[in-house]
Amino acid sequence: MKVVIMGCGRVGAQLAAMLDADGHKVTILDVEPYSFRRLPNDFKGTALGGDGTDEDSLKKAGIEEADAFVAVTQGDNRNVMAAQIAKHIFNVPKVACRIYDPLREELYRTLGLEAISPTKIGAQLLKDVVLG
Amino acid sequence: MYIIVVGGGKIGFYLTTALLNEGHEVLVLEKDARRCDFITEQLGSVVQRGDGCEARTLAEVGTERANMLIAVTDEDEDNLVACQVAKHMFKVPRTIARINNPKNEKLFKKLGIDVTVSSTSIILEHIEEEVPTHPLVHLLTLTGGGLEIVEVKIPENSRAVGKKVKDIAIPPDSVICLMIGKSGALVPTGDTILEGNARVIAVTRPEAEVALRVALTE
Repeated sequence: MKVVIMGCGRVGAQLAAMLDADGHKVTILDVEPYSFRRLPNDFKGTALGGDGTDEDSLKKAGIEEADAFVAVTQGDNRNVMAAQIAKHIFNVPKVACRIYDPLREELYRTLGLEAISPTKIGAQLLKDVVLG
Repeated sequence: MYIIVVGGGKIGFYLTTALLNEGHEVLVLEKDARRCDFITEQLGSVVQRGDGCEARTLAEVGTERANMLIAVTDEDEDNLVACQVAKHMFKVPRTIARINNPKNEKLFKKLGIDVTVSSTSIILEHIEEEVPTHPLVHLLTLTGGGLEIVEVKIPENSRAVGKKVKDIAIPPDSVICLMIGKSGALVPTGDTILEGNARVIAVTRPEAEVALRVALTE
């Protein structure tokens, strides 16, 4: 499976490494090439400097042939916009994005994006620990 | 009308001033505290500190009764999200987004933003008009009709100079409406002779632009 990931932070790098280890073809984008230090040494995918909210950068990353796109930068709005470009302009079959703000996550879920809010999940896990 | 402006930068500030002068009820949402103080000082209590992309902030300022939301921050993604949240959670009838990257125009339209204003494209067009060597300048795009009004300068060495309008190869769907030459502006007929250094105003289609420029300038 061909996967494009936007944002090479801790989550992006970890996800890229996991998918790469499973034999998938991964391209990871970040505006700051220094972020690619987080990728493991044996990473066989492509690391590309570029902005995932820019159509041309996405094309360079191979979005047109991608089976999946994941947006995990620090900015909720950037993730939302990139995910919608992937879904509505490039018709990528599987699109996921991280949205920290739980209210925005709910909204974009109703608009058909596969959104995940680590805030909600993290708080729930911590609550379970505290009360468990 | 009740209008919410997201972003209190230069554009947000002057836009708010203009809307207030027209008698509208305006509220500005701005994240930066100092910018909020400045706007309050200049325009009175029309500003609320907060993130215009957050549903909670928008709920606090009564977005459900807003007639319009205009997002003019300098980040395209923030303008997109502010408009989408306003539209889908608060049913705001009209949303307007400023776009900095002209490539985003198509996406915003597709995602249901009612109006987009691309500041970059507008500035570029204005600069192009002022660059004297530019052979063809866009003056106006007519919304919906697929037609545009352009200005072309006929160079001294163009083959069109000295010829009649009816004798040059003007592409279909294009009309020369005005020639501004040495003796002033005139509405040309087929028999009007094209002058060197004259400026021509024409109606054309985007796809015929190159052919029109070639006919008049080469």
